[in-house]
Order: sequence, then C-alpha cells, then structure tokens
Amino acid sequence: MSDFEKIISFLREYDGPDVRLMEVCGTHTGAIARNGIPSMLSPHIHLISGPGCPVCVTVTAVIDRLVELAEKENTVVLTFGDLIRVKGTTKSLADAKADGGHVEMVYSPLDTVRMAQQDPSREYVFAAIGFETTTPVYAMVLQEAIEKNIHNLKLLTSLKTMPNVIRWVCENGGNIDGFIAPGHVSVITGSRAYEELSQEFQIPFVVAGFEGPQLLATIYALTGMRGHAGVRNLYREAVTPEGNPAAQEMVNRYFEPSDASWRGMGTIAGSGMTLRKEYAQYDAGSYGLDEDHMPAGCSCASVLTGKISPVQCPLFGRSCTPDNAHGACMVSTEGSCYNYFISGRKD
Amino acid sequence: MKITMAHGSGGESTSELIRQIFAKHFHNEVLDRMEDSAIVPGNGRIAMTTDSFVVTPYFFPGGDIGRLSVCGTVNDLLMSGSVPKYLTCGCILEEGMDMDDLDRIIASMAETAREAGVEIITGDTKVVEARTGKGGLMINTAGVGFARDGAQCEPSQCADSDAVILSGTLGEHHAAILGSRMGIHNNIVSDAAPLVEMVNGLMNAGIHVHAMRDVTRGGLGTVLNEFASASACCMNLQEKDLPVSDQVRDFCGILGLDPMYMGNEGKMVAIVPKEEEEAAVKIIRGSRYGENAAVIGHVEKNADTTPAVVLHTQIGGRRVIGLMYGEGLPRIC
Repeated sequence: MSDFEKIISFLREYDGPDVRLMEVCGTHTGAIARNGIPSMLSPHIHLISGPGCPVCVTVTAVIDRLVELAEKENTVVLTFGDLIRVKGTTKSLADAKADGGHVEMVYSPLDTVRMAQQDPSREYVFAAIGFETTTPVYAMVLQEAIEKNIHNLKLLTSLKTMPNVIRWVCENGGNIDGFIAPGHVSVITGSRAYEELSQEFQIPFVVAGFEGPQLLATIYALTGMRGHAGVRNLYREAVTPEGNPAAQEMVNRYFEPSDASWRGMGTIAGSGMTLRKEYAQYDAGSYGLDEDHMPAGCSCASVLTGKISPVQCPLFGRSCTPDNAHGACMVSTEGSCYNYFISGRKD
Repeated sequence: MKITMAHGSGGESTSELIRQIFAKHFHNEVLDRMEDSAIVPGNGRIAMTTDSFVVTPYFFPGGDIGRLSVCGTVNDLLMSGSVPKYLTCGCILEEGMDMDDLDRIIASMAETAREAGVEIITGDTKVVEARTGKGGLMINTAGVGFARDGAQCEPSQCADSDAVILSGTLGEHHAAILGSRMGIHNNIVSDAAPLVEMVNGLMNAGIHVHAMRDVTRGGLGTVLNEFASASACCMNLQEKDLPVSDQVRDFCGILGLDPMYMGNEGKMVAIVPKEEEEAAVKIIRGSRYGENAAVIGHVEKNADTTPAVVLHTQIGGRRVIGLMYGEGLPRIC
C-alpha cells in the first residue's frame, strides 16, 4: 500500500474520538468541496468552515457605505468579483447598479489607477476587501496612485488579518481540535504566525496547499496531532516560516494594525488593517463602519465560528439560497453555505 | 470611418452600409434579391431557433462576435437533430463603432456560415445612440433547419447504462473571454466552432443519440442537470476522464472557477447507448473539433434513482454537481 492509500484508508476507517477540524480559508472550503473530500472521511472526522472568506465576514455597514458612494453623483465604486452581490441593510452593489448607481467590476487592480487617471472629473472608490493575501495588492495600487500624483482614487478598506480571529474562534468557537491553516495567507505571513496560538491553546496547525492529496495529508496529520500543540507546513513549495518580507514591508508602509468588525462576531481587537494617518486623504470613509445588520434567523455568526453546520441554520435552503441569499456565506463561491448547498452536503 | 446615426436612417447611408459590408460578404442568390423577405424551398418539418449575442470584447483570442453568432444558432439547430440551412442576421450598432471592425466581423460571419454549410438570407441593421462610448455591437441570428426523419433526440430520453460523451476540452471560450478582459496573458483560445461535421457523422452512421446538447453558458454541470432531471436519472461522471487542458485548469485554479460550469461555444455532450459508445467516440474524434472527445461517464436509472449529477473525483471522493448559481465571478483572494 502506498502512503497515499494508507492515508485514505486511515481517514475512511478512523474510529477514535471525534475530531473537529476547521479550514480557515475560503479557497480551502472550495477545494474540499471540489475534491469530494467530505465523502472520504469517517463519520468521526468533521470539517468546519471558518471565517476565512473575505466577502462572508464583511459587515453590512461596509456594503451600505459602498452603496451610498455608488449612488453619489460623480463617484464610481470599483470592486472585485462576488462582493457585488452581497446585500447590505437594504441593497447590494448589484442593486445599486440596477438603480442607476455607478459600480464597475475590475479584474486587474492596477486598472483602477488607469481609470482614475483617464477620468479626473470623477472620484473612484476601490472596495479594498480582503485578508493578508490581498492587502499587498491594495498597497501597490496606492503606491502607483501616489507616484502618478492621482488624487481621485480612494480606498474603502475592510481589511482583515488571521491570527486574532483564530484566537477569537479558539476562545468562543465550537471546540476545534485543529486548524487547516490558510495557504495563500501563509505565503505572506509565514507559517510561524501560528506558533503562539498553537502553544497558547494547545491546538495543532497544518499549513496546506489546495490539491486534493495535500488536503487529505493535512487532515491525516491534524488527526494524529489532536490534543497537542504544533505547527507543520505541508505547503513548502510556496510557504516559508518567515513569509514574504517584501510584501509585509509594502503593507506596513501604507497600513497599520487596527481593530476590525466581523460579520456576526462583532469587533475583534487587532484583527484588521487601516490606512496610516499620513495616507488618510486616500480613505473613502472606512473608519467606524461597525454596524452589522443580520436578517432575522440568519446564523452566519454560528456558521462562521463552527458552532453549527450550515444545514443547521433555520434559513438554509429554505428562504436562503444562492439566488436569494440572506447572508454572504451563501453568496460567495467560497462561502461555507454556498458550498454545502451546491454540493448537497448534509453533515 | 465610424458608424453614425445616419447609417440607421433608412436612407442612402443605410443602403451604402448594407452594400459595402453586409451584401458584399454574405452574397448569395436569395439575399442578393434584396426583397422584404426571403423565400426558399423546403418540405417537411422545420426547426427554428434564435439567439442574441453581446460580448465584450468583440474580438477575442480564437474568434469574434460574428463567428459566435453563427456557431451559436447553427449548433442549437444541430442539437435538435436537424440540418441547419438558413440564418438571418440582425445587427444593432452603436454610433461610433469602427467601420473596419464591422467589416471584419461580418466577413467572419460569412466565413463561418460557409464552413457550416448555411446561407444568411435576410438581415436588418439599426443604429442606436452611443451608450457605452466604446462603439458596441449586438447581433441576433435566427436559424431555420430541416428536421431529420426518425431522429428522436430529447433530454428526457437518457436510459440506464447510456454513455455520456463530451466532444472536447472544457472551458476554453469562457477562459479566453475572461482572460482578455482581465489582461491575463496566456495561449487559451476560444473554441467557438460549428459542430456540423460531428453531428452529421453521428446521424449518418445511424448512432442512436438519445440526447444531445451544446455545452454553452452554464457549462457541462448545467446541461447534465437538465438531462438528469428530464430523464429522472443519475449521471455518474469520472473526473479522471474529463478533458480539461492544463492551461484552463490552471486559469480556473487562479481565479476560483470551476471548468464544470465554464461556458464553451464549440463543445457538445451526447448521450448514446453503451454498446455504441466506442463507435460514437471514434466518429467524433475523426471529425473537425472533436479530437479530444471522450466517454466521461454513464447514466444510472432504476426505480430508486434520485436525479443528480455525481462526479467521482480523482482522489476517490464523490461530489454532487449542483445547478450553477450567479455568474461565476472571479473571487477576491
């Protein structure tokens, strides 16, 4: 039997104490679903999707502010991908656009600089949403705007960082036995970022890439490490202990750590990044956007922290579907509810 | 030279535009009569379809909106088991559109129509005021074909143990369009193509095609869910047998997209009896645009079957392929 076959048979036949593992990265959530991994695990191994999909953890106040900007004369909101469909208190950016608001989807971040430069009569606001992975991109945009002396491009930031939200999950979450540490974030932060948390909560972390066999090896490793501290890196082709110092330096030049508001979880100290004071002129009003309007019955908070599975939310699959999503977890292709819904997972 | 509102006036500028571009490229006996409607011979059951095309950018790697507008309608006729014969061409031009671009697009339509063995026999143009400022173009094509006798090819006809055959690799058109919009440099080209040769091949060889569909927007996942639901069957697919090029696979990986839901413009899926699967694959592989055809799975249908599409993944997992929701937008990180 090859090592891979041994892992597969171990995971299928595992009969020990129940293990609850959390993947803290939306891309892992997608990769796990795509590979059909839940169907390969013993009923004693549970995979839980954590708060790592940037769109899913964005509070409604941020969407509301973007909608307000989009509806202002001479202001254009620029955004990546699936944020456009996430509802704020009453509207999503897609709704605002249909009502005549100015919203444009951008595919390449530096396009935002070009757009602002070509049309100085309008103010362009880039929705800067994301984790450690995406923040260096926004820093690059800012650097380019400053170098080109462009003043009609601003950022509306809702930037999050991983370590303190993982701490919050450990303190408030649903008895997690191990973390599948995010692959892309770890490229920037390095695997060392999890050591302190691992020691403090005596919980193992394994950094994983996105291929099926590596995810299975990660689940196998975490099951074996249950109850012990330790950080292992199975994504060595991309992740080093120190991370990417150039990207870190770039981020620190323009941004500084701050408290951040998370959908359903409230404000978590030191879990975000905001523009440094000296660059405040590039901010489109990101401070104090803490309000979070949860529709009645919406259980995003409990889902994002692993307290309940998506199928346990009273709205799941009934009034909340990808076509009529109440919470962002059902909108994003990385959202845990979306993935449960489309793959028909029942666990 | 640019398109102006005068080109839509119905006067001399309109006639000039039609002569210089449309009549020049489409030129055939019926169209050349320039009557209010085209009259053509034909007997038996006719098949009719229409489709509208709006794509940005209108030139993309491997094709353009003109080629697309012929392929889409021709393929829709083919999938009902019919023989496509005639197309119409309705163009809505935005003022400011470059005349040379229009000429290239109409030339491309004409060339694709020739390849597909159809004639464009009537048409219309209108000019609208600039909305995008980029000089846009929208094309509608309607198509007429003749139904073959005896061909019974419907989504509800999938039977137990039938083979699911895909005519080639998934996702090229979607990836080519998205790649050019996003400025991602790669060698992916659109697969836009008329599937006349492979469908005629199957029909002429007497293959009993139970259901057939071109895999366009919504991708393979959407088509097979429609089949599963119409035939109350389960489609068991093998991931290892799914043709996807390395380039498209990597492209999807970077953007968080899934080839199962990516749009194509020159691929089809055919459901045929298991005993005819080898012959059918051989015919498709031997025809133009079919060299990567493969059996990707089989139909399961018995009294207890719950309609579904199930992908058996390479690592041994089982994944339900649900319906697609939303637009398949690239993710943030």
